[in-house]
Order: sequence, then C-alpha cells, then structure tokens
Amino acid sequence: MPKRKDIQKILIIGSGPIVIGQACEFDYSGTQAVKALRAEGYKVVLINSNPATIMTDPELADATYVEPLTPEFVEKVIEKEKPDAILPTLGGQTALNLAVALSESGVLKKHNVELIGAKLDAIQKAEDRKLFKQTMIEAGLEVPKSGIAYNIQEAEEITKDIGFPLIIRPSFTLGGSGSAIVYTKDEFYEKAIAALESSPIGEVLIEESVLGWKEFELEVMRDCADNCVIICSIENFDPMGVHTGDSITVAPIQTLTDKEYQVLRDQSFKCIRAIGVETGGSNIQFAMDPKTGRVVLIEMNPRVSRSSALASKATGFPIAKIAAKLAVGFRLDEISNDITQKTPACFEPSIDYTVVKVPRFAFEKFTQSDQTLNSQMKSVGEVMAIGRTFKEALQKAMRGLEIGRDGLGGDGKKIKTSLDFKMKDENSPEYQTVLNQVKQRLKIPNCDRIFNIKNALQMGYSVKELSEFTSIDPWFIQQIKEILDIGSEIRSGKFPLSKELMRKAKQNGFSDRQIAYFTGKNELEIRNSRKKLGILPTYKVVDTCAGEFPALTPYFYSTYEEEDEGDVSNDAKIVILGGGPNRIGQGIEFDYCCVHAVMALHEIGYKTIMVNCNPETVSTDYDISDRLYFEPLTFEDVMNVIDKEKPEGVIVQFGGQTPLNLTIPLSEAGVKILGTSPSSIDASEDREKFGKILKELKITHPEYGSACTVQEAKKVAGEIGFPLMVRPSYVLGGRNMRIVYDEKMLESYVSDAIESQSNGVKKSRLESDHPILIDRFLNSAKEVDVDALSDGETVFIGGIMEHIEEAGIHSGDSACMLPPQTLSKEEIKTIEEVTEKLAIKLKVKGLLNIQFAIQSKKVYILEVNPRASRTTPFVSKATGIPLAKIAAKIQAGLSLKDLINQYPKMKTYAAEGLPYIAVKEAVLPWTKFPGTDVLLSPEMRSTGEVMGIDENFGLAFYKSQIGAGTKVPESGAILFTLKDGDKEKALPIAKALEAKGFKLLATEGTHKFFESRGLTVKQVKKVSEGRPHVVDFIKNQEIQLVVNTPSSTQTAQSDGFEVRAAAIRFHIPMITTLSALEAFKESIEALTKSKTPLKVQSLQDYYSESTVRRP
Amino acid sequence: TSMTGYQEILTDPSYQGQIVVMTEPHIGNVGANKGDMESRKVFAEGFVAREASQVASNWRSEETLQQFLISRKIPAIDQIDTRSLTKHLRDSGVMRGVLSTVDFDVDRLLSKIRGSREMEGSDLVKEVTCSKPYDWEDPEWTLSPSLDKKKVQQKVIVMDFGLKQNILRCLSSRGCGVTVVPAKTSAKEILDLNPDGIMLTNGPGDPAAVTYAIQTIRDLLRLPLDQGKKSIPLFGICLGHQLLGLALGAKTYKLKFGHRGCNHPVKDLTTGKIEITTQNHGFCVDLDSLPAKDVEITHVNLNDGTLEGMRHRRLPAFSVQYHPESSGGPHDSRYLFDRFISQIQEYQKKKN
Ligand SMILES: Nc1ncnc2c1ncn2[C@@H]1O[C@H](COP(=O)(O)OP(=O)(O)O)[C@@H](O)[C@H]1O
Ligand SMILES: Nc1ncnc2c1ncn2[C@@H]1O[C@H](COP(=O)(O)OP(=O)(O)O)[C@@H](O)[C@H]1O
Ligand SMILES: [Mg+2]
Ligand SMILES: [Mg+2]
Repeated sequence: MPKRKDIQKILIIGSGPIVIGQACEFDYSGTQAVKALRAEGYKVVLINSNPATIMTDPELADATYVEPLTPEFVEKVIEKEKPDAILPTLGGQTALNLAVALSESGVLKKHNVELIGAKLDAIQKAEDRKLFKQTMIEAGLEVPKSGIAYNIQEAEEITKDIGFPLIIRPSFTLGGSGSAIVYTKDEFYEKAIAALESSPIGEVLIEESVLGWKEFELEVMRDCADNCVIICSIENFDPMGVHTGDSITVAPIQTLTDKEYQVLRDQSFKCIRAIGVETGGSNIQFAMDPKTGRVVLIEMNPRVSRSSALASKATGFPIAKIAAKLAVGFRLDEISNDITQKTPACFEPSIDYTVVKVPRFAFEKFTQSDQTLNSQMKSVGEVMAIGRTFKEALQKAMRGLEIGRDGLGGDGKKIKTSLDFKMKDENSPEYQTVLNQVKQRLKIPNCDRIFNIKNALQMGYSVKELSEFTSIDPWFIQQIKEILDIGSEIRSGKFPLSKELMRKAKQNGFSDRQIAYFTGKNELEIRNSRKKLGILPTYKVVDTCAGEFPALTPYFYSTYEEEDEGDVSNDAKIVILGGGPNRIGQGIEFDYCCVHAVMALHEIGYKTIMVNCNPETVSTDYDISDRLYFEPLTFEDVMNVIDKEKPEGVIVQFGGQTPLNLTIPLSEAGVKILGTSPSSIDASEDREKFGKILKELKITHPEYGSACTVQEAKKVAGEIGFPLMVRPSYVLGGRNMRIVYDEKMLESYVSDAIESQSNGVKKSRLESDHPILIDRFLNSAKEVDVDALSDGETVFIGGIMEHIEEAGIHSGDSACMLPPQTLSKEEIKTIEEVTEKLAIKLKVKGLLNIQFAIQSKKVYILEVNPRASRTTPFVSKATGIPLAKIAAKIQAGLSLKDLINQYPKMKTYAAEGLPYIAVKEAVLPWTKFPGTDVLLSPEMRSTGEVMGIDENFGLAFYKSQIGAGTKVPESGAILFTLKDGDKEKALPIAKALEAKGFKLLATEGTHKFFESRGLTVKQVKKVSEGRPHVVDFIKNQEIQLVVNTPSSTQTAQSDGFEVRAAAIRFHIPMITTLSALEAFKESIEALTKSKTPLKVQSLQDYYSESTVRRP
Repeated sequence: TSMTGYQEILTDPSYQGQIVVMTEPHIGNVGANKGDMESRKVFAEGFVAREASQVASNWRSEETLQQFLISRKIPAIDQIDTRSLTKHLRDSGVMRGVLSTVDFDVDRLLSKIRGSREMEGSDLVKEVTCSKPYDWEDPEWTLSPSLDKKKVQQKVIVMDFGLKQNILRCLSSRGCGVTVVPAKTSAKEILDLNPDGIMLTNGPGDPAAVTYAIQTIRDLLRLPLDQGKKSIPLFGICLGHQLLGLALGAKTYKLKFGHRGCNHPVKDLTTGKIEITTQNHGFCVDLDSLPAKDVEITHVNLNDGTLEGMRHRRLPAFSVQYHPESSGGPHDSRYLFDRFISQIQEYQKKKN
C-alpha cells in the first residue's frame, strides 16, 4: 500500500520543555518525522513550546508554532492551519495527552482532523492502567495482579488477594507521584490512606509487587498491513523497582535463552495488536521472575519513547523516521533500510556489539530529597556507549558520564556513600553486623550502586551474595568482577605493560587514565607507550545487520580488535565535539548548537565529523554529520578520533563546558582549535587573568577575592562587605553557589568545602588551585544576558536579554525577555560597548555570552563564557538569525562582515530590533524531588525552557507561563505571604490585582500590612496556628495562586517551606519573587486589555512581518 | 547473526561438517540445558565466538557452555574478531576452514584445509539421519506446560534428512502422531505405514547429491495416483524443500551468500504478509527452473528476491526454504504447520 493521498497537511505535536522523563529524544524523533514527511511531499505544521529544538527551526516545517502545548493553543493552530491529520506519537506523553484531550472534546471532529499513528481508543487502552490490564488479560497475557479501591475497606480486601509486598499507585497524580511500595500491613494503612487522599478522584490502584524481578523492554514496529517486527531488545541491569529511565540498560538482552526471548517477542505482538496501535513504534516493558521465568507485562507506550531513541542509536534503525512513514500508509517492505540501501526496513536488526546506557543523576542539587531509586524516574540525562563486550561498553559509559570517573574504578576516587568496611573475616564478631550493613546499602538502590557493588566485590563478597543482595543478575556482577580482576592484573604488572596485557586492558574498556592510575604514571605516558606497542583503537561500523550486508552508513564506535573499518578520506573536514550527557545546566541547547554548526559547515563545503555519546540527541543521528563517532568526550577518546581522521581543526564552542574543558589538553597535543584561541578561552575562564583584562579595559565588576581557609575568607569579607556570593572554583550551572549574609554562614560554607575536598582526611585549608571564590553580591540588581558574535574585528550583538528575576537567581532558572523592556538607553549602550570591547580584546571567533548585573543604574559584568550559551537557540528562534550557524562559519574562517551581508536579517535586526517580544521561562523539576525547598537560587536547577512570543510583554509572558505548565489564573483568590522587605513594593501590585477582580488572602504579617494600607484581605492561618490553615486552603483548591517571597534568614524560610511544598504537591501556581509577580500582573492586564482573543502565529510569519518597531 | 539460541544452532544437524561463527559477541551467558537440544548431539565441528561467558546465568541452565562443549569434545575458541571474520565470509563466500589451538603453522594448516572435503557435491544426509525408525511425543516448549496430552488425530511420517527436533515438537503439539524414518526409507515402506501426511525435514549438504531421497519423493508423489488413491499431503522444510524442488524437476545452486540467522524477511505471496524467518542454507532452488505449469511460487525473500516457498498446483505438496519450526528464532511461520494440518484433515476426509 503506497502512501496516502487523501491527506496533504499533517500537524506534528512536539513534547515541549525538557523535563525529567521527557528530554531531547523527542526533538530527535520529531525532527526525523518532519523531515521524512516533507520528503514525501506532505505539508507539515509543527507546534512545540521549546525553542531549543532543531524541530522548531523555521526551515524544517512548513509552519512552525512556538506556542504553549495546551488543548486551547493546539486548537487555535488547527483552526488557522486546517491540517488533515495529527501525528501525536512522536511528542512523548505530552503529545499523546493533547491528542486525547482534543479528541475527547470533539475538537478534532469539529475540524475534521484525523489522528494518525495511534487512534483514540488505542491510546486510551495503553494509557489508562485499568483499561490496559483488562485488555491484556483478554488477550491472554499476564499482568501483575491488581485491584482498584476507592476506600480503605476495598483496599484492604484487595490486599488479601495480592499479599505483601505490594505497590500502591494513586490515580491521576502529577507524574505518578505518591506511589509507594508497601511491605507490611501496618505500613499499608498509613500509605493507603495517604494515597487515597492524594488522588484527586480518590482512586488507588493496588498492585502485586514484582520487585527484584528482571526487567526487559522490547521496541516493536507495526505497519498498516499488520506486519510486526522487533527493532531492539533491552535488558535492565537494575531489577524491577528501579525505573527503566534510572536503570543501567543493555542491548541486546543478555541473560535469556532463545525460548524465553521468543515468549517476550510473541507477547509483544499480541500486546500491540490488542491495544490496536495501527502503525508505528511502541515500547513494551516486561518483568520476569528469575526463578521460574514467569512473565508479566508492566506497561506499553503506544508511541516512540526514550527507549526508542536508545534503540535507534543502538541498532542504527531510525525508528521515528520509519514510524512517520508508516503513519501515512507505507508498509515496512516498501521502505528501504538506509544503512544497506539494498534491503527493506521490514527486518529485525542484528547487532554484533554490546550497548550500555548509564543514567546521569542530579541529586547533588536536591540534597534534601530522598535519593533512593524507585518507580519514579529521577535521572536527568544518560550516556550510551558501544563496545564489543559489556565490560568495554560499561567502562566507556562510565567515563562518558563526566562525573569525574575514568571508568569503573581505577581512578582513586571514593564515593560518599561508599562502603568502607574491612575485608570480611567470617570469624570476627563484627562479621554479621558488617554483612547486614552491606546488605542494606546494596538492597536500597541509589545512584552509586554500581560503585557499591564494586567495593563489595573488593571486600570479598561473592558474585552470588551480591546478586542476592541487589537482585541484579549474577551475569552482570560477574562482568564487574572480571573488570576488577583485570584491574588487579594491571596493578600488579610493571610499566610499561606487556603488549598482551595492554591489549587485554584496552579490550575490556580500561582508559589510559585508569592504566596510568594503576601503574603510577600519567595519561600521556600510557598513551605513548600504548602507541609504541601498536595498540590503537579500531573503528567498527554500526550496520543493523551484524556484518551480513555491506553498510553505507558512516556510524562508528571504537574498540580494540584486528580490523579497522573506518577508511579515512582526504577531504577537508572539521571535528565538532558534542555536549555529552544531559545534565542540569547543559542540555539540549548545546546539542542544537552542535547540529547547527554541522549544517553551517556543510553549507560552505566542509565534511563534518561529530563526536558525542548522548543517545537522546539529534547530533547523534547518523545522517546529520558526514561521520558520527559514538564515543565518550574524554581527551583519550577524542584524540583517538583526531589521530585517525586528521581534520583541519576541532570546534569546541558548541557543546557547552564539556568540549571547552578539552581545549587546553587538545591544543597542547598539537590539535588545532578553531575559533577563539585556547589562550583567550583560558583568559576568560581564569579569574586572575580575566580580572586583569577587566582592569585594563576599565570594565566594572563586583569586587572579588578568593580564599583557602576560614580566616582568609573572613578577611576578604571584611574588605568587600556582606552579602557575598561564594562558590567553588570552576563550576557550571551554579553548582554549590551560595549567597552568604553573615560571618557565620561564611564560616560554615568554607569549612564544608574544606571537608568535602579532603576526602575524609582532616584538613584545615583548601588546595590552593581550588580556592573558594568570593564576590560582592549585588543586591536588588537586574540581570542581563548577552549573546554576541565576533570574528575578532567585528562584533554583532545577537540579543540582550533582560531577566525577570533579580541577579542571585541563576540565569538558567530565571525568565527573560527579548528585547529588554525596562533598561535605559544608557544601560543598553554600556552593555553593547563592554561586549564589543571584550570580544575584540579576547579576539573572539564565534560566539560569546556575557552576564551583566545592573545595580542602581551601574552596569557590572558577572561572567563571560567564550562559547555558545544556553540562550543561543532562544535568541536565534526569537530573532530568526541563526547565531550558531554564523558562528561556525566564522570559525571556519569567514569574516563576520561578509556574513552580515549574506544574512540580511542581521542588518534589519541591528537597525530596527523586533516588532514583537519573546519571553523565555525555565521549567523546574520540583515534583520529582519532594523534600527539596522550592526556591530559586544561584544554583541552577531547571531542566528545560519554553518560549512565549507575542506582540507585547504581558501576552508573551502569559504564553511562557502557560507553556511552562503553570495554570495562570485569570480570576480567583491569591494568597500573599511576603517577607518584610517586599511588602511595601508588593502593595501596588496587590492593589492592581484586586482591581482586576482577584480576591486577596494573606498570612498574619502580610495581612496586617495590607489592611493597614487600605486593602481588603482575608487572613489565613499559618500551619503552626491551627486548622484550617494555609495548606488546607491550598489542598481544597480555594487558592488559585500563591505568592510567597522567602526571607533570607534560614529560620523564616522554614515557615514558607510547607506552603511551597503544598503548592507544588497540589499543582497550584506559585510566585516566589516580586519581579515575577509584577510580570504576572502585566500579563493579566494585557489579557483583559486586548480585545481580540489570544492569537497564534508561526515563526515564519513573525520573521516576515514588517520589521518596524512599534513606539 | 542470531543473537540468541546458540545451543539450538550447535545441535542443528544442518551444521554437520561446519565451523560456526557467532556474530553476537557474548556467547554462553545462559549455559546449556536439555530442553534446548535440537537433536541428540552437537553437529557443528567447531565453534567461534568473541567472548565466551565464564558463568551460566539462567534458571533453565544445567551446565555452562564450556562444560557442554568439552564433554562433547567440540573444539571452540573465543577472543576472536568475529566481525572481521564474518565480513571476510560475506565477501568471499562460505569457505573451508581449520581451527587449531596447538598448531599455529599457517602452511601446515592450509594444507589441512585443502585436504578437507568440499560441501558442493557431498551427501551429508547419510551421516546424520537416524539409523532406524522411532516415534516422537514431546510437544513444543512453553513457559507453563499443560499436563494433559493432546489426542493423536493424524499420523505423520517424518523423513529424517538431519532434522531439528522442534519440527517433531511442532507436529506433536498439533495432535500429530509422529514417526521418524531414516532418509533411505523407500516410498513403498513409507506408504505402507499408512501416513496422513509426510514431512521432509531440513538437513545438511548439497541437495543434488541426495539422489535416493529425490527418487523417494518422486515416488511418494506418484505412487498413490498410480494406485488411484488420493495424494498424501507433503510438507518440505529447507533441505526437504530443495529435494522436493529437484523431484519436481527444478534445479538447485549454491548461493554466494548463504542465508543464516533469524532476521530474514519473507513475504507470503498468498496473503501478502511478511514474516521474519530463521534461515540456514547455502543452496537454493533456482526460481527460473521451476516448472511453472506444476509449481506455484508462494514465498520470496525480501532481501535478495530468492525463492523461499512453493506449492504444487494440483497436489497437496508444499515447502519452504526457511525454518517454520524456528528454534531458535521468531515464531512467525508456525502457521505453515497449521496449513499442513488442514491439508491433512482435508485428505483424511477424502480418503474415506
Ligand atoms: N508491579 C510492580 N512491581 C515492582 N516494580 C514495578 C511494578 N510496576 C512497575 N514497577 C517499576 O516501576 C517502573 C515504572 O513503572 P511503569 O509502569 O513503567 O511507569 P512509567 O510510565 O513511569 O514508565 C518500572 O520501570 C519498574 O521498575
Ligand atoms: N556578584 C553577583 N551578584 C549578584 N548575583 C550574582 C553575582 N554573581 C553571580 N550571580 C548570580 O549567580 C548566577 C550564576 O552565576 P554565574 O557566574 O553566571 O555562574 P555560571 O557559570 O553557573 O553561569 C548568575 O546568573 C547571577 O544570577
Ligand atoms: Mg515504564
Ligand atoms: Mg552564568
């Protein structure tokens, strides 16, 4: 059956901001889908609120809407664009939920729009856990036993059937929160009551626990003729109970016989047929009892998922692209396999290597939260590594994680939760206690568990014991043991290692750094001796067919084997280093920049080589660059690629801090770094050197100093004066940055830092190359971000973004607007001048990001990043000027002057600015980390961002809030609980809101103040004052917005803590800064003022709009 | 290129005389067990892997793969760049080889290779077929086996050219009483057993060299008609398919790239559906040589367009080149056994 001719225009829904559980993988899948459908001649309309995506690039879709992903806004797009069909299976849960909402409300029917990929009833059958179970049982498949309860008696009745332990899941809570594992009857009552209470419809699912069983996933594809294939099988290293997103996973499945694997395969097909997903990819999760092989189905996702992205990268089979084609009527046998180009896509990839995915966590930013891994996903990113064996791939993944490890051990690093027990001696009296402690540590999974297993093995525990403690398959633990054994062998071998041992070490994934640690040498000595022995990596192709057919894709991984398959061409080529795993502070924005760099270099005739290890990304799609090396971003791995490819140069500016940190070692190894010179990069990152430059250029900055001891710190504080901004040196994403208000806070900060650096040894000072950096904290200052381009001679300001939150809240967590709204002409002029001066001085070639703070009309510089920034894609989307592309061209040697002539938009923008406003808002993962106080600080904690765009600030801000998932109230009650310093300033805003018809509520102090100034306010009790208190009001939905500005002293903060926690738990919008309150007020005013209802407009239309700036 | 099922492969008689290389790097993770045997012994001559597991981890496992191979005296090596070897075999075609862990003298090994026999022209069937007839009762493996036995509904004679036991299990699970006979059993002897259906199994080597079997199949097709009786349903698998082809007058040839592994897409032309199949054959029935007036093409390989299945236009005889009993491998093609059973039922109705 060829493609459908009855549809011409297709709407694709993206997945919105990056949140935990929904990351760049949907940019990857959406981008593939848009390209595939346009290539088939369809008109494609796209809606996604996330500006940092490739899919929202204006040249990709026919019409691109950066608008909030809510049913209302999608309906507006439908009204305007009149698509024939919606493809909702490529935008994660977000897109599916929207499709369901639009379908159920009749919007699709009204506008005559068809759902393709998955129909409403299929989505419902898969998404509604009750319906899902029923459907599976009818299809003859087993699911964990379960029952639904609406009260405690019913719940109790169900437990009789199921037994303990069991899982309680309240229905319809946000992100599955409130689910619990219950081991005893006592626990049960408490948890069941809590669960019933937390479900908005008072419904809980009580489910048989299959904790400790093996967990597997299969990726299935089905076409409209009911042909089904399995693309990839994935085994979880971690057992059931640890979310697959938080588990180390392996492809293909390692510990099943063929007969068992075929059971999973057969059941997958039964499942996809029973659910009725007509075309496309689905992900099916199974649990298997390791003792009996009993299989139960856990869940099915009727769409492409995080695992499909992984499966695509692991096998070379482009699931999203094929899914898009299947959705428009193609059959699997009508689509060709890109890699072989001779065989059709209806086959099952066979792989001849091992793929390991390891998640990356961010618990260090949420220290107050429970760090146990459970059925709710908490990781923020992942790396994938390919090796011939599990051991090789695991070690590559561990060093690719960028958590300061060089592999699995062998780097002299200890972990905080490490088990520090003596070797076990069964005769010693402490043996049992030690055993119990070890068991407990290993039984409760946390993010360091693999290191804990390693330590326990080194303590002498057997594979069998550890497998019992952890429920991890003994095969995996055996692999870890083998890694350790080889480690010991290297340790006992003398330098230089024998050729055999060196080969063995490399084949098992040991990095040069690990070998250096074992032999007491440095990395370069090992590298050189290894090269002398002739032990060089060989590159193998990822070809979907295990070598059965010749492959045409240039997708490589390194290993140490006999044959190297990567023939190198003599073309002019450039290596672009990617950003590695997503983490808070470095995410999709950098992948966007890398992909743009690749595209730009293609435009000017270069071949491109991408090195990256993040499977979620567009950059690791094998048809983006000319060659893809799926490798960790370490000096060793990158240098190996460079040695082989001998490129013209390497670009380090786009992948965030990861490649930037490689600048010095790479350039010392003789590699040509394109763009801004390594010495300039160093000068902007090194405080002292940078301070000198600022002095020379007479640029104002907050006074600063540094300290290694408490005394030194106090001295610096004495000179500068409180409040201070303190931080460890070399950080990204504001890691561990604090505002300290007094000497006591300073003292405890410094001693904590000393303790954490000293690794258990008693010390009284920090190492002098890692001092604490101390700045004067600029109170009540406006913060401004600037992204600029330069070639060392000319400078182009891409965007001046005024933050909504004051300085002191990390730029990544604050909202900002472009163009700025309240900066004076002089301020803007100073900012522009400083930017130009610095760009010229540093001879920047490419992008440059500067953060400023403006206090009492004085402009201070906070920092310079000589690279693409987190805001580069936002500015590019808002202005229509592809900054990253232009930067890449500058780095390839083109002059900015010439480029300005090639991009006419740059001229009009520089002359006239924008006739509309774009607002960026950050999205924070509070719901995933209960217990953490919901406060913005200099430590960045957001995972993603959205953009709102409209004709004035109020409307653009409103869209950005809706896009970020806030239910902005247009009427109802607002609760104020403000710190003293804010009360006066909040008064006019409160008055304005009252005038707009809002009811005002306040806690005691605020109430008193407001009343004294003539406002009618209802007083609400604090939690400590008895019930009904403020949390009760929140819970009962009697408050539509919480305004809570926390005071800077620790004690007063705790009062607000419960209020904030409750607001998050019950999904009530909350504002914690006055500036955000002001913005909220403006958007309410804008909404009521505008006579026409909110409109949507495509980026393409915004860009072509007349560029006359309104007065 | 199968990622699972190494034990089934090792014990597949079609690998008689061959050294098997696995492309999946980790081999032996799940050890070995009785239920995964496809015949009474290991037929592969040698075994090559990237990394053999030191432990066996699976609830069904009874011994490690090492123990399994050592006790059967099958030489096996690991730590080999199996991908490079696979590509070599892909580019130069399947070839004779030698495996040694004691002698590393290239010239001596080469002369050993040259002295070994060629696959083309050799009848390997006689080396692997059973020595005398036997009956079979075991059903297919399932996770939760049902205790009650299926009632025997029809009698099937299986000509053993080197069979995989899963063929017998598939028949038995569908209510067939199964009797296996040696490859050299004559048509008359088979017909005297009064079968409701006849199965021609898979097996090793060059089909054209198994002349006696080709004759037997011709007789099986002809004799009942000669005697004025209804034709007995006949189902050929792999070598059985090639032999049926030869019996019907077609030709066979050696493929440059043999088909191995369990991910080959095959299209059933009668329904348009695609199945993912398990394959293991180096020879193939020449599509162009099929006598079109007698034989209809039913299945083709979507990778290279070769013949995968055919049926007689008038007689109840059909065959496939791949392994519908797939063990290991996907179960997509089990329906062919059901087709066979319905032909048998048809036959049983008409017979009386
Ligand atoms: N019945 C159960 N017993 C034990 N663990 C479970 C059970 N159901 C789910 N889990 C664990 O919780 C995780 C998340 O559950 P899942 O149903 O897949 O939800 P999600 O939609 O978040 O992926 C699974 O990956 C698994 O590890
Ligand atoms: N001296 C200062 N006064 C006020 N706020 C500051 C000061 N220095 C930093 N900040 C705040 O801390 C945030 C993070 O600091 P920054 O130096 O940009 O670190 P990072 O490298 O993590 O981006 C800034 O966005 C700003 O809000
Ligand atoms: Mg899941
Ligand atoms: Mg910053």
